[in-house]
Amino acid sequence: MSDFAGAGQLVRLALRRDRLLMPMWVAVFAFMATVSAAATAGMYPSLESRVQVAETANRSPSLVALYGKIYAPESLGAVAMWKMAGTGALMVALLGLIVAVRHTRAEEENGRLELIGAAAVGRFAALTAALLVAVLMNGALGLLTAAGLVAAGLPAAGSLAFGLSWAGVGVVFAGVGLVAAQLTRSARLATGIGAAVLGAFYLLRAVGDVQGGSGLAALSWLSPIGWGQRVQAFAGERWWVLLLLLGLTGALTGVAYLLVARRDLGSGLVPDRAGPAVAARSLRSPLALAWRLQRGALLGWSLGLLVLGAVFGSVASNVEGFVDDPDFREVIVRLGGERTLTDAFLTVELGVMGVVASAYGVQAAMRLRAEEAALRAEPLLATAVTRVRWAVGHVVVAVAGTTVVMAVAGLGSGAAHAAQVGDAAQVGRVFGAALAHLPAAWVLVGIVVLAFGLVPRFGAAGWAFLVAFFLLGELGPLLELDQRLLDLSPFAHTPRVPAAEVEVAPLLWLTAIAAALVGAGLVAFRHRDVG
Amino acid sequence: MAEALALERLVKTFGTTRALDRLDLSVQVGEVHGFLGPNGAGKTTALRVLLGLLRTDAGVVRLLGGDPWDDVVALHRRLAYVPGDVNLWPALSGGEVIDLLGRLRGGLDRTRRDELLERFELDPTKKGRAYSKGNRQKVALIAALAADVELYLLDEPTSGLDPVMEAEFRACVQEMRAEGRTVLLSSHILAEVEAVCDRVTIIRNGKAVETGSLADLRHLMRTTIAAELNGDARGLCALAGVHDVRADGERVAFEVDSEALDGTLRALADRGVRGLSVQPPTLEELFLRHYQDGGPAAREAPDSQTVCSDEGGSRR
Repeated sequence: MSDFAGAGQLVRLALRRDRLLMPMWVAVFAFMATVSAAATAGMYPSLESRVQVAETANRSPSLVALYGKIYAPESLGAVAMWKMAGTGALMVALLGLIVAVRHTRAEEENGRLELIGAAAVGRFAALTAALLVAVLMNGALGLLTAAGLVAAGLPAAGSLAFGLSWAGVGVVFAGVGLVAAQLTRSARLATGIGAAVLGAFYLLRAVGDVQGGSGLAALSWLSPIGWGQRVQAFAGERWWVLLLLLGLTGALTGVAYLLVARRDLGSGLVPDRAGPAVAARSLRSPLALAWRLQRGALLGWSLGLLVLGAVFGSVASNVEGFVDDPDFREVIVRLGGERTLTDAFLTVELGVMGVVASAYGVQAAMRLRAEEAALRAEPLLATAVTRVRWAVGHVVVAVAGTTVVMAVAGLGSGAAHAAQVGDAAQVGRVFGAALAHLPAAWVLVGIVVLAFGLVPRFGAAGWAFLVAFFLLGELGPLLELDQRLLDLSPFAHTPRVPAAEVEVAPLLWLTAIAAALVGAGLVAFRHRDVG
Repeated sequence: MAEALALERLVKTFGTTRALDRLDLSVQVGEVHGFLGPNGAGKTTALRVLLGLLRTDAGVVRLLGGDPWDDVVALHRRLAYVPGDVNLWPALSGGEVIDLLGRLRGGLDRTRRDELLERFELDPTKKGRAYSKGNRQKVALIAALAADVELYLLDEPTSGLDPVMEAEFRACVQEMRAEGRTVLLSSHILAEVEAVCDRVTIIRNGKAVETGSLADLRHLMRTTIAAELNGDARGLCALAGVHDVRADGERVAFEVDSEALDGTLRALADRGVRGLSVQPPTLEELFLRHYQDGGPAAREAPDSQTVCSDEGGSRR
C-alpha cells in the first residue's frame, strides 16, 4: 500500500489548485443542461410538436451525425437533452481528459512532481490522485446536472441517468488521459493523443448513428460517446450501459498503472532521440522557431480534420436516400438551406469543422503566453529581435495554420464527396465553402492576441470566448435570445455555404475585425512589461 | 573612462511592491562589475529593465549610449544575456538553441561556439527537456559567451555549475576583460565576484547600499583577529576601532577597522603574543552586514564571554 502513500494529500493539493476552475466548469455544464431543459419545455409544450421535431431530427442525417438520435420522440426529456447528450458529452470528455493530464504529465514535465516524489509519496500516488480528482469532479458534475434537470421539471430517474451518462463519459476520457500521460514526456502531446482518441470515438458514433439500420450501425457501440447516449435517459433508461463506461474506465486506469510501474519518473514509454548538434540553416528567425515549435501540433490537427472531413464527405451523398417522404424532404431543405439535402448536410458539418479549426487557432495563438510564462520569450527578446517580430512569428503560425487545417478539412470532405457522386467539380466547391469559415476562426485568433497584449494573465480567455460563441450558436435560438446577442458570435456571420449563396461582405469585415484585434494586441504587447 | 550603462534613481513598481527604489548603478566600459544582493533585492528586475523588457516608473536608464526601451535591435546586437532562470524548449537540442540565439543576435562565430562546447563539456545533441539544471545553464552561458559583443549581462550565470565549470567560467571572464569587454555579473558567489570583478555594487530592497572597487570596499571592512596572549585581554576594548571583543581565558578574538590595524597590533604585541591568526576582510562579511536586517552580523560563539561590548553599528 505504500505505493499509494500521499495520494490523499495530492488530491487536496489538486483541489486547492483548481478550486476556482473546477467548480466553475461543473457549474457551467449543469447550468447549460438545466437551461436547455427548461427552454425546450417552453418551446414544445404539446406532445405533437415534440414528436414532430424529434422525427424531423431523426430523419435528418446531418443532425443525427452531429448530435445523435432522439430515442423517444414523445418524451420531453429525450427531446430536450438530445443536443446536450451529443455535443455536451464531447465537452465533458474533453474536460476529463484535460484534468487527467494536468495533474499527471503536466506536473511531471515541469518538474513539480519530482519535488513531491522526494517526499513520502508512493509511486502510484500522483496517478491515483488524478483519478480520484477526475472521479470527484465528474461525480459532482453528474449529480449537479441531475439536480438541475429535476429542478427544470424533468423526471428524476431520467435526470439521474443523464447526469451519470455525462459523468461516465467524463471518467472514461480521464482514463484515456491517464494512459496518454504515460506514453509521452510532453503534456501537450499527451492531450493531443487523448483528443485524437476522442475525435475517433465521436466519429465512430456519428457514422454508426447515420447508418441507421445497416450493419455499420454497430459502430456506435464501439464508442464510449455512443454508450453515453445509449443509456437512453428519459427514453426507458438502460442503466446497465453505465457499467460499460465504468468498466472501460477501470480497464484504462489499470493500463495506466501498469505503464507507470514500468517507467522512470520524468520519462515516457518512447525514449528521447538525440537532436542535431547544429541548427538547420533555416532556423534563424522567430517565425522559423514558431514553426518548429508548432509544426507537430499542426500536423496532428490537420490529419484529424482530414479524416473528419473525409468521413463526413463520404456520408454526405447517402443522405438523400434516407429521406423518402417528399414532405419531410421539403421541411429539412428549408431548415438547412436552399439547395439539396446533401448540401444542407455539408453546410452543418463544415460549420462543426470551422469550430474545430478555431480551436486550433486559439491554442496556437495561446503559445505566445505559454512561451512568455515559461520564460522562453526572454532570451529571444534579449537578442536583436523586437517584441512585435517575435509575436508575429506565432501569430503567422496561428493564422496560416488555421487556414491549412480548414483547407485540409475542405479537401477531405470535397474529395470524398466527389468520389461518392463521381463529380470532380465537387472538390473545388466544398473546398471553397470550407474556406468561408476562416474569417470567423481568425477573429478568435485575434481575440487571443488581444488578450495576450492587454491582460496576459487571462491567457485562457480565448477558450472562454470559443465556448461562449459556440454555446450562443447552439443554445441561443433555443433560448430565444435577442438577435443582437447572437450576432456577437463570429460564427453567426459565416455564410451557410454550400447550402446558401456566398456573401462576401461578412467575410471581408470579419477579416478586418480579426486584423484589427491582432494589431491592437501587438501594440498593447509593445507597451507592457514582459515576464 | 566611458560609461557602458547607467541607472539613475530608477524606480520600478509591481502593483504595491517597489522592486527598484531609486536604484543607482553605473558600469564603465571595460570593467567587470559585480552586482550583489540577497534574493528578491531587485537584481533580475534591474537587468530586465536594461534589456527593455520592463517599463520604468521613474529615473534614467542608459545602455551603450542608447535607450533600452526604444533602441532594442541596435542595442541588443551589441550585448549578450544569460537569464537567471534558464528554460529551454523541450524539443530543441542544445546546439540548436545556441545557434538560434546567435543568429538572432546577428551572427555566430562557429569556431568560438565549438571551442566553448569543448571547454564546458556540453553535449549539444541532447534535447532541452533532457538536460540537467547545470547543463541548461551551460547552454545559455555558451550562447552568450559565443557572441562577439561589447557588453555581457549575466544573471547568476554559474548557478548549478560544478566547481570545475565555475573555474572555466572565471577564466572566460578574465579573457573577456583582457579583450576590453564589459561585464555586469549578478552573483551570489562571493569568491567568484572577488576573483573576477573590478568593482561591485551591493543592492538591497531595490536600493544600492554600497558601490566601489573591491579595494575601496575592503577599506570599509574589518579584519578579524584571534590571539593567545600572555597578559590580560581587558583594555583592548578601550582601543579605537576595535569591535566585538570576546575573551576566554587568555584567548581573545575581535574585529578591527582597517585604519586601526597598526595601533591594535602594537597594543597586542605589548601584552605578549603566543599565538595569532589574522583573517583579512572578506566580501562575505560586508555582504552579510548589508543583508541581515538590523545591522552587523551576530557572530558571538555561545561559549565565549564578552568582556566588553561596543556600540557595534559604526563602521569607521
